[in-house]
Amino acid sequence: MTHTDETPAGVRAEDVPGEGLDARLVVARGAFRLDVALTARPGEVVALLGPNGAGKTTALRALAGLSPLTAGHLRLDGAALDRTPPEARPVGVVFQDYLLFPHLSALDNVAFGPRCQGASRTEARARAAEWLARMGLTDHAGAKPRRLSGGQAQRVALARALATRPRLLLLDEPLAALDARTRLEVRAQLRRHLAEFEAVAVLVTHDPLDAMVLADRLVVVEHGRVVQEGAPADIARRPRTDYIAQLVGLNLYRGQAEGHRVRLEAGPAVATTEELSGPAFVAFPPSAVTLHRDRPAAGSARNLWRCEVAGLETHGDQIRADLTGELALAADLTTVAAAELGLHPGAEVWAAVKAAQTHAYPA
Amino acid sequence: MKTLARTGRDGAVTPRSGARRRRAARGVPLPLLVPALAGLAFLLLPLLALLIRAPWRTLPDHLTSTEVWQALQLSLVSATAATAVSLVLGVPLAWLLARTDFPGRGFVRALVTLPLVLPPVVGGVALLLALGRNGVVGQWLDSWFGITLPFTTAGVVVAEAFVAMPFLVISVEGTLRAADPRYEEAATTLGASRFTAFRRVTLPLIAPGIAAGAVLAWARALGEFGATITFAGNFPGRTQTMPLAVYLALQDDPAAAIALSLVLLAVSIAVLAGLRDRWMTASS
Repeated sequence: MTHTDETPAGVRAEDVPGEGLDARLVVARGAFRLDVALTARPGEVVALLGPNGAGKTTALRALAGLSPLTAGHLRLDGAALDRTPPEARPVGVVFQDYLLFPHLSALDNVAFGPRCQGASRTEARARAAEWLARMGLTDHAGAKPRRLSGGQAQRVALARALATRPRLLLLDEPLAALDARTRLEVRAQLRRHLAEFEAVAVLVTHDPLDAMVLADRLVVVEHGRVVQEGAPADIARRPRTDYIAQLVGLNLYRGQAEGHRVRLEAGPAVATTEELSGPAFVAFPPSAVTLHRDRPAAGSARNLWRCEVAGLETHGDQIRADLTGELALAADLTTVAAAELGLHPGAEVWAAVKAAQTHAYPA
Repeated sequence: MKTLARTGRDGAVTPRSGARRRRAARGVPLPLLVPALAGLAFLLLPLLALLIRAPWRTLPDHLTSTEVWQALQLSLVSATAATAVSLVLGVPLAWLLARTDFPGRGFVRALVTLPLVLPPVVGGVALLLALGRNGVVGQWLDSWFGITLPFTTAGVVVAEAFVAMPFLVISVEGTLRAADPRYEEAATTLGASRFTAFRRVTLPLIAPGIAAGAVLAWARALGEFGATITFAGNFPGRTQTMPLAVYLALQDDPAAAIALSLVLLAVSIAVLAGLRDRWMTASS
């Protein structure tokens, strides 16, 4: 592996201003190889989104200095950190299960970082008390971690990481350890704290909702590579892999565009409103699909496929039907509609999607 | 409300007693029960004999003799000193074995545990060859610093530490392996050096394991006989610890030997009582 500054995305290090994070992380471990480029401006929150085993946590550990880089580079505010040991990096980490020191009170957990940075005991405690107050935890300053609720422990962990005044804040699955109700509340608080944070924040998550709510920009990682990055809204609208399409709840196909049609690699063509040529993606939500027992009258601006029901599951107050046949797709319909159609696994149906409800974009 | 609570409690009690009855009814196979009881008797009978034959009437006289007090004092002081030496050298050694990766670590670990299985007398001979007046290192200690270890109280401490330290190292290493190393990582991301992380995070976390290892090492040092008598000799007041005194007394004053043994038994029971949270509860 050569130490070039060329990143897979084609961004050169020189193009990136000195402020913020500029990294290309290459970590080889056995058969697995992580190779991601990551840049961020101060104040920006970047989410590394990907399935389990994609290498997100490896990337985070490399940023923190807990795993060495095999190749690549890491610069923070212009300073090279590749060879800097973790204790000397201006990096704060909120671990997935927080790793609060069980023998120290919440206050002493937060004071640990300032103490290590040379502050006196009184000074460190004063700073820690300030952070706990900002997190609304003054009443729990003396509590040992095992006496804290999940949400409280999460805030103590965040305060502990921020108390070292890091230039890069790393959060590993910050909400994964919480139950659904606490999660909602903590997510809103975390969003506020991240918005106030003036340096770079990188969070790792496999939850698209966490990523979209908390981050300004998403970097989607699969099999150790960046497969797509951009603003959450762009990614939600124009997914480029099946994994992302599934996360954002879209049917996604790849094919060759010829005018108002996209000829799919395997299967039929899809009529679209966009006019494109060359390799293209076409996507539509499951709610855009209507199902019919008998073949409906076909219009020119309408897609019609003969399908078979492979499976049915409830999806909120809707029914999600997995269809195979001419085209594999997911369709959402109401319970009433499902009953009227007499849907059951193996049933034959016609699936229709209006061209206006599809979205085609260059691959 | 009251009746509800009572039914609840009855409901909780009934199945438990039912389970106990079922376990008893299932029975223990005789081929297991007989040797088990014989084994229990084998372990307890000698201790009972000690209590039965104890010269209870003359016991106060035996226990207040200067020799007994000298031996007891020497035993306690040297066992405690040997434990201190084991802690200072053994805890870092355990950390090295548990937390770092170096070539031949498995071999080093085997070497550390060797004194566990080595006959203590052999340990004493080896110590003489290493630290004796003409030993590999001992001759330099003697000519450079004027330090002589064999046949001194310091020699007793050295012999006991040699035999007892592996107990501490193995115990602490096990605790360290069970402790989550990510706490140390969390500490380094907060700016702690590896040593600070060890001192302020790891050490408090493994304190119970260190305490258990220290008690184990202390008990082993207290009972040490072979290495001590080989390396340090048997001089009353200087190197004659309790086990040596017991053995010597058995030759010409069996009643005194029994009295001394009772003292050691009492100390052992006290140690066991101190450790009951760690060991007794693990089995129940």
